[in-house]
Amino acid sequence: MSTKLIYFAWVRERIGKPEEDVDLPSGIETVGDLLRWLKSRGEEYENALQYPDVIRVAINQEHVGHREKIAGAREIALFPPMTGG
Amino acid sequence: MSGVVPAIRIQREDFDVDAEIFGLTKGRTDIGAVVTFSGLCRDEQGALSALELEHYPGMAEAEIGRIAAEAVERWPLQGLTVIHRHGKIMPGENIVLVVAASSHRQAAFEAANFLMDYLKSRAPFWKKEYLADGSEGGWLEAKEADDQAADRWKKQGE
Repeated sequence: MSTKLIYFAWVRERIGKPEEDVDLPSGIETVGDLLRWLKSRGEEYENALQYPDVIRVAINQEHVGHREKIAGAREIALFPPMTGG
Repeated sequence: MSGVVPAIRIQREDFDVDAEIFGLTKGRTDIGAVVTFSGLCRDEQGALSALELEHYPGMAEAEIGRIAAEAVERWPLQGLTVIHRHGKIMPGENIVLVVAASSHRQAAFEAANFLMDYLKSRAPFWKKEYLADGSEGGWLEAKEADDQAADRWKKQGE
């Protein structure tokens, strides 16, 4: 099943695209697993996800922690800490 | 829990603060206090020419909706409006508005304060600076003080 990944702010700029559909390999169970896998996909991902701890994640448009399971996620967004308001 | 349904708007256009206050109070005689907070774009002593606000369409509405729903559950409000702009915003222009109406001032003050603290650290918006010399100033960094401000509203045990 393919999953939609969406990127914002400097995560988007460093990866070089606003979104993509990916087929997650087996064994990717949590948000943390996803970040580690993405980081290995090339220099632009390595650059964007160099410090995974600062990356915030939303699954299906709700904030989640890095230990959250991603089974059933339609849409996973990766972004820097928010600066609205 | 009150039956108030918060009005949430995420928009590119500016808003009219007076019209938003009137929208909550017109025809009513039970509201004793309206607290409004408006956030504006400042020019950082002339160094900044504009802010670009990126947002996550869909989640921005949903997340502010969740924060607003918590506010109407925690305080006895009679009306609540939250507006957050996106796109390019020039110094002096509005960015965000919270209008909280209640019978008494304490609830209105606290709810508006709570909303702003949570918007800062949980609403999916990101500010990029453009400098007066024409260069791109880069993405604003989140402040730890904003996270701490949000944390103080946590209930015991959270």
